[in-house]
Amino acid sequence: MSPRDLLRPYAAAFASRFIQMLQYRTAALAGFATQCWWGGIKVMVFAAFYGGSAMAGAAPSMSLAQAITYTWLAQGLLVLLPWLGDPEVAQAVRTGAVAYDRLRPVDAYALWFARSAGWIAARLLPRVALMATFAGGVLPLAGLGEWAWQLPPSVVAGMAFVLSVGLALLLSTAMVMLLNVAVTAALNERGISAVATPVVIVFSGNLLPLALLPDAWQPALLVQPLAGLFDIPARLYFGRLSGWHGLAGLALQCFWIVVLVALGRAAMRRTMRSLQVQGG
Amino acid sequence: MGALPLFFRLMAASISGQARYPASALLLTIGQFLGTGIEVIAVWALFHRFGEVQGWRIGEVALFYGLVNCMFAIADALGRGFDVLGTEFLRTGTFDRLLLRPRPLALQLMGHDVRISRLGRLLQGLVVLVFATVQVGIAWTPGTVALALFALAGGIALFLGILVLQGTLSFWTVESLEIANVLTYGGVQAAQYPLALYAQWFRRVLTFIVPLACVAYYPALAILGKPDPLGAPAWVGMVSPLAGFAFLAAAFGAWRIGLRHYASTGS
Repeated sequence: MSPRDLLRPYAAAFASRFIQMLQYRTAALAGFATQCWWGGIKVMVFAAFYGGSAMAGAAPSMSLAQAITYTWLAQGLLVLLPWLGDPEVAQAVRTGAVAYDRLRPVDAYALWFARSAGWIAARLLPRVALMATFAGGVLPLAGLGEWAWQLPPSVVAGMAFVLSVGLALLLSTAMVMLLNVAVTAALNERGISAVATPVVIVFSGNLLPLALLPDAWQPALLVQPLAGLFDIPARLYFGRLSGWHGLAGLALQCFWIVVLVALGRAAMRRTMRSLQVQGG
Repeated sequence: MGALPLFFRLMAASISGQARYPASALLLTIGQFLGTGIEVIAVWALFHRFGEVQGWRIGEVALFYGLVNCMFAIADALGRGFDVLGTEFLRTGTFDRLLLRPRPLALQLMGHDVRISRLGRLLQGLVVLVFATVQVGIAWTPGTVALALFALAGGIALFLGILVLQGTLSFWTVESLEIANVLTYGGVQAAQYPLALYAQWFRRVLTFIVPLACVAYYPALAILGKPDPLGAPAWVGMVSPLAGFAFLAAAFGAWRIGLRHYASTGS
């Protein structure tokens, strides 16, 4: 079999889930309205904190304009955060449909991975596009130029950002897969996501740019896996990481993808061995 | 049975139902505590870096933050029935059963699902209030305690009003719309910082349309004994929580219109 044939089932799983999720337009719009409001409040709060001129030196690692763009980016890329397992997997486990997946002559981990990636990507793209239109287009036209989403400083930074978001998608999927396996083992995702959500929001940089957290924490904050979900792409966007440092950032994302995929595969193999199929 | 004893009976039933699963109730409460507590990290980290924000210190902001979280925690526990009205009552047709009972509809809904886990947010808010007290040395005299309780009651009424409006909307949409989160969770987010930080149009929204500032900002200023940088006289904080009750009354007005519009979906 050629590599193309080998990849075909996974590509199909990705595409079908992607197209299916694109149907939920009202959900995307409702989420979008909430995120605009949220982002607006954050932007005003940032502006107030940066406003004191005596404070100008307090945040050398990030300017106000960058903090604002960071806020809109974070709202646009919100669904990259892995706080929930793929609900379809949870449902398959609960209803017993997981038995069909076990019978398919494909790699079960890769199949779920492709599906979950499609699930994330389909929710990601419309939201990023909407947010860019709103924060990058509508706000400047409404005379709120200083609240707007700014373009990256250079083409290279922009390209590095796009590449890094792609890696963040894979990283996020690897984490969602761990949640999926945990759901398979525990049959209940509520407890797991109650604990996972706060951790993810803080350490991905979604709550606050990691660069604004205390300086003493910075090295530890950068190397932990959740930074690769959002903070590293954002640093590349602003050109804060460039050249060799930029490559190191991308490599760090790759490193965590490999580690988490290996972990997920091992955990899945163990869980599947003791899996009890539900339903009748 | 009178209306009020009935309400307490419903509440007790709902709570004891959750208490049958103590581990789950405890975990969800801890989850709420942690999940709502992460905002504290954001506020703390910003003050750690910038020191102050336009003359406000962290202890003062902690007072807003704690008050608003306590208000929302209690209102959220009481208003769950309105929150899920669309999905749990209207779509399934069980709403008709509530209508048939000769008891006030609002009380039945308020007693429907009083969540133990909301204690997590309440506890978090109280911890922040203690922090605020220590940090800026708030003098809790009978006067300020009474004012805080008055503000708390007004805030509960306001957030409950938002949830009632959300429920009212579902008479038309027959589903619970997430958009109300803008006013509930988003309202908590907005009201936990001093109003003076925001742009003017946003201050007007928070004062006259959704009067969050009236139940949090002005009473907190009165408790702190701090003059309003925007120039409102000091007595405003003593009466402004009334706006929360007015909002709730208006929300129930809309609710009655929605109720008249209601047509059963069940069979």
